Amino acid sequence: MSTVARDPFLRRWAPELTGAAVIICGFLLIELLVRTAILNPYVVPRPSDVLLAFERIVVEEQILSRFLVTAAEAGTAAVLVALIGIPLGTLLQGVPLLRKATETWIAGMAAAPIVLIYPLFLVIFGRSPWTIIAIAVLAGLPPVAMLTLEGLSAVRPALVDTGRSFRLSRWQMFWKIMFPAALPSIFSGLRIGLIFALINVVGVEFLINFGGLGPLINELAERYDMPGTYAAICFVVFVSIIVFVVMERLEKWLRPVR
Amino acid sequence: MAATGTLTIPQKSKMDAVLVLRIAIIASLLVFWQLLSMSGLLYEDVVPGLPQITAGLYRLLTTTEFYVNLKVTAGEILAASLIGGLTGMIAGLSLGGSYFMERAFERYFYYLGPTPKIIFFPLMIMWFGVGSGSKVAMGAVSCFFPVALAVAAGMRRIPPILIRVGESFRANRWQMLTKVHLPAMREPVVNGFRLGFGVALIGVLLAETKLSNQGLGFLVIQNYQRFDMPGMYALLIAIFVIAVAVNAALGRLSRGGRRR
Repeated sequence: MSTVARDPFLRRWAPELTGAAVIICGFLLIELLVRTAILNPYVVPRPSDVLLAFERIVVEEQILSRFLVTAAEAGTAAVLVALIGIPLGTLLQGVPLLRKATETWIAGMAAAPIVLIYPLFLVIFGRSPWTIIAIAVLAGLPPVAMLTLEGLSAVRPALVDTGRSFRLSRWQMFWKIMFPAALPSIFSGLRIGLIFALINVVGVEFLINFGGLGPLINELAERYDMPGTYAAICFVVFVSIIVFVVMERLEKWLRPVR
Repeated sequence: MAATGTLTIPQKSKMDAVLVLRIAIIASLLVFWQLLSMSGLLYEDVVPGLPQITAGLYRLLTTTEFYVNLKVTAGEILAASLIGGLTGMIAGLSLGGSYFMERAFERYFYYLGPTPKIIFFPLMIMWFGVGSGSKVAMGAVSCFFPVALAVAAGMRRIPPILIRVGESFRANRWQMLTKVHLPAMREPVVNGFRLGFGVALIGVLLAETKLSNQGLGFLVIQNYQRFDMPGMYALLIAIFVIAVAVNAALGRLSRGGRRR
């Protein structure tokens, strides 16, 4: 205990290290319970087997190309979200009447269970990437439009007045003043929109059994390959977490210092 | 047509203009849909006309099948929200109550929260069977994270003066929780539950569309497989109306707390 208290590294990171230790102990406990068959080994595989299954799903299930398929769908959706969402937010900011009429609708759309209408797109587009992309775009749009609107509305009046004193045209005003000032908020919107799009891409892939990573989980579960199923799920979770962290860093890095 | 008629009326106030615009937008969307249906650009069965959808809605609401399945789904969502909400609240209280716990565990909640939960469904089937159990579990897992994070954040935002007052009255842990913490964070907690309810609803219904033999999600996919498009659209409309209505009611509950 005394050495722990003296070591500055351990002292500084004690909570984080304890948290990680508790989680590792949890996995060891599960390993023990499965090995002693207190937990049914047919339902819960050993964590060590799941770890080993990672290599198998990478080598045998072409996880990289599957990942690229999913990434391409999410990327297409993200581009569409940006191309529709930012102009939509700008339009709403420019036309106050339209904003008053539809702002609550867009906010409501953000809370509505949009992904449930995937059978509708299944009927229109069939089992194709466009069904997946359509749902992802619908899910990602509201945060981008709302945060663009919010960012543009919150531009400091002093900046707008400066622009007026230079007799900027509407077009110049937008590109030289409004848009740069609203960028941090727009980036936040894009980050949230991309996360929503990604979640829905993977979810719909799993539901309609088409595309990249989603169907892999289906296939492994149907083959009753339990370690493989767990490993594939962990892989998808890791990929999403990595995307969240990268997006968060990117946003902080891009955010101008005031 | 009604929209163009009202547009010519001189605008009495801002509110009227907003209302007129809203009606105009809805009307033009409906007209667009009907024209799309009649144009034959898409297969007629894929985009049924408004009369067919209205008939489908009537058919849906007059059969007992809808209400039986609605009851099943409502029960599952309720159970999922209760289980996920209560466990989430306990987790949130312990995360928010101690700086040590926050640093040790909150990052895991924060990053696991937004991952797509539906991919855990095969595991839920293994653990809880193909019946209602796996749907409730799916909803509860979805509900757990937003509630835990909202409660933890809400707890940290309590004004320290309230806690000092509680301490000066020598309130014990339980009294502090029930008399100070919970009342002070009513709004974030209710908002967390509202978010949690929303994702629990999605989790349950998606799980039902994936694999089940009862519930509204199952009805949607059954209509899809039978290619009963008016029925499917009617069902989706009904689900959305219910979801939005419950969400609005919960929102009113959280705002009601602020006014009092």
